[in-house]
Amino acid sequence: MSQRQVLQGVMSLLRTLLLDVVPTIQQTAALALGRLANYNDDLAEAVVKCDILPQLVYSLAEQNRFYKKAAAFVLRAVGKHSPQLAQAIVDCGALDTLVICLEDFDPGVKEAAAWALRYIARHNAELSQAVVDAGAVPLLVLCIQEPEIALKRIAASALSDIAKHSPELAQTVVDAGAVAHLAQMLLNPDAKLKHQILSALSQVSKHSVDLAEMVVEAEIFPVVLTCLKDKDEYVKKNASTLIREIAKHTPELSQLVVNAGGVAAVIDCIGSCKGNTRLPGIMMLGYVAAHSENLAMAVIISKGVPQLSVCLSEEPEDHIKAAAAWALGQIGRHTPEHARAVAVTNTLPVLLSLYMSTESSEDLQVKSKKAIKSILQKCTYLPALEPFLYDAPPNILKHVVGQFSKVLPHDSKARRLFVTSGGLKKVQEIKAEPGSLLQEYINSINNCYPEEIVRYYSPGYSDTLLQRVDSYQPLNN
Amino acid sequence: MATLARLQARSSTVGNQYYFRNRHLNRIVTIIQKWWRSFLGRKQYQLTVQVAYYTMMMNLYNAMAVRIQRRWRGYRVRKYLFNYYYLKEYLRVVSETNDAIRKALEEFAEMKEREEKKANLEREEKKRDYQARKMHYLLSTKQIPGIYNSPFRKEPDPWELQLQKAKPLTHRRPKVKQKDSTSLNDWLACTSARSFPRSEILPPINRKQCQGPFRDITEVLEQRYKPLEPTLWVAEPIDELKLAREELRREEWLRNVNDNMFLPFSSYHKNEKYIPSMHLSSKYCPISHKEQFRSENPKKWICDKDFQTVLPSFELFSKYGKLYSKAGQIV
Repeated sequence: MSQRQVLQGVMSLLRTLLLDVVPTIQQTAALALGRLANYNDDLAEAVVKCDILPQLVYSLAEQNRFYKKAAAFVLRAVGKHSPQLAQAIVDCGALDTLVICLEDFDPGVKEAAAWALRYIARHNAELSQAVVDAGAVPLLVLCIQEPEIALKRIAASALSDIAKHSPELAQTVVDAGAVAHLAQMLLNPDAKLKHQILSALSQVSKHSVDLAEMVVEAEIFPVVLTCLKDKDEYVKKNASTLIREIAKHTPELSQLVVNAGGVAAVIDCIGSCKGNTRLPGIMMLGYVAAHSENLAMAVIISKGVPQLSVCLSEEPEDHIKAAAAWALGQIGRHTPEHARAVAVTNTLPVLLSLYMSTESSEDLQVKSKKAIKSILQKCTYLPALEPFLYDAPPNILKHVVGQFSKVLPHDSKARRLFVTSGGLKKVQEIKAEPGSLLQEYINSINNCYPEEIVRYYSPGYSDTLLQRVDSYQPLNN
Repeated sequence: MATLARLQARSSTVGNQYYFRNRHLNRIVTIIQKWWRSFLGRKQYQLTVQVAYYTMMMNLYNAMAVRIQRRWRGYRVRKYLFNYYYLKEYLRVVSETNDAIRKALEEFAEMKEREEKKANLEREEKKRDYQARKMHYLLSTKQIPGIYNSPFRKEPDPWELQLQKAKPLTHRRPKVKQKDSTSLNDWLACTSARSFPRSEILPPINRKQCQGPFRDITEVLEQRYKPLEPTLWVAEPIDELKLAREELRREEWLRNVNDNMFLPFSSYHKNEKYIPSMHLSSKYCPISHKEQFRSENPKKWICDKDFQTVLPSFELFSKYGKLYSKAGQIV
């Protein structure tokens, strides 16, 4: 007998057991179905095909609480695998009965129903909309206020999964008054609960400025900053995600975050984590610095740049490096002060090596190139620029030489340093097409120095001198 | 060519002649031309001077205007667009807030760690205590030193002291389920001690009698604080018969050697006499009064003895003398 036939046989047997008189048998049969469907999506499809769902839904309305728990478990197990299975559950009218279960007295039944709704709403926006239309959101908000921790967790995660798809759904969640309750529960010490609450708040605030402002008005600062110091990695990650989603919309929101001391807390959090947990924090710094130069300066004085450069060099993953490179570019691109702050920490050579190395992904190369370009265009800190003369590829070299040509005419000490460190020699060795921008820059640099020195450093000068020695006739003999 | 040369020679001589003849006129014309040229030159000079003057003044005005504009631009930028000192102050405040937040967060983390450590220590303590209670039998006695109290050691092992402190662990007795016996006093609606003080507090003796048709205060208090005196019918539980049967069955079960009921011998070959009910055995006709009463016809009795007479209790007399109201009493 093939696998499928065996499955069909098992399913039909279990289906008949569901209709048994003894309630314990019904519950155990439902539990067995749930465990089977949980394991594999083929089994879940078999459950759907054998028309077990309408029977479950019908008896869900009437039976005792153990049966309700088991039946909700089956619905959850079926709905979690794919959107089509979840759609099948919605089509047989399970949503209304699940919502009725949410009003039950027993917290276990509420938990099972909320979990099933969460897995259904997780897949896409239409299913979430169906869940919302069944009236689940106000009941979930009531469930959040219940004393049992497990129920709170599941209800928070269900709201998070509903709100993540679109701004309208997030608005529905906010209209039901969820944000105030979620913000209050942030003080709870349970780590998993905090993780779900932070995820729910970040899904709500990511869609638009108004939603983010509403989340901020619920007074989450400074409680969120204490969550950044939690021991659990997921809590830290979700807290930094929430702050990032708030800060990315407008400069005013970023200012709010900075004024509350959020930047320092995030930088410490980045320092204490490793790997993917750091990513939201790095992106948050980039967003804050991108809005305006004052905010970028605030990031700099909070000692963000050394931390970011540490991330850039230590992390093995390419996407985290790309994020760090982007953030550094956003910080350094505003004014020469900012560029100097970034260049002083010796990150530019690291960025250059990332750009040049063949192992980095395309995304990383593009981001590091943009960062280098934007920083270089404002950088007037010459000691950091000099290494670039030696290693850089031609397109970056153009910008470097351009910067030198802007700074050198005005600063005599810099000119002296440039000569003694061998920069002038290197510049002479650069081959550029006449008439190109590079040639113009080289000419303007050469014009800063007396002709003898330029000739002295030009390549082949020693040869010409020797030639002169050869061709020289001593005057007296 | 030759004519030209001859003309030239002639003109020079003629010109010279003319010149020598018109020297005076030429002189005058030169003077006129001189004055006219100087006049033109002076006019030209005036123009150049004017232009130069004009350029100089314009340069001066421009320079002054630039000075004013420079001041104004600086003032405007400093006041309206970008206040450097404000920015500096803001950055300083931001860094101060950052430091404060960092310190607060560190304290918070430390507090959390301390709490966790304390909780761990307490858990360890509890575990050790439980272990000591379980291993209580390893305690040393006067005769035999225990394993933690070896005579070769200078001091006993700390476990020894722990064992001495611990109380021995007893086996868990099966919890006898307390049937919550509802005493009859519980049905009283207001059982709080404040509303119904049941202690023997008597009122003060020299109390002035209140004016009006009031009863004696001692009687009132007696009635108020009378304890519940249930009748016999109420005092027994309602399912008394069932309980008695259960009791009987339990005792029989104790005494029985074998639980199987005795099966009757197969008795269907016996002729059993069918005893019809009273209604079926009597004829369907009006019965004479004499035959109606059982006591008058002892011959019709199935068994020898008569019924026992049992009188039900009269509630009237159970409450005699105990009622509060004075109805029916002899005044």
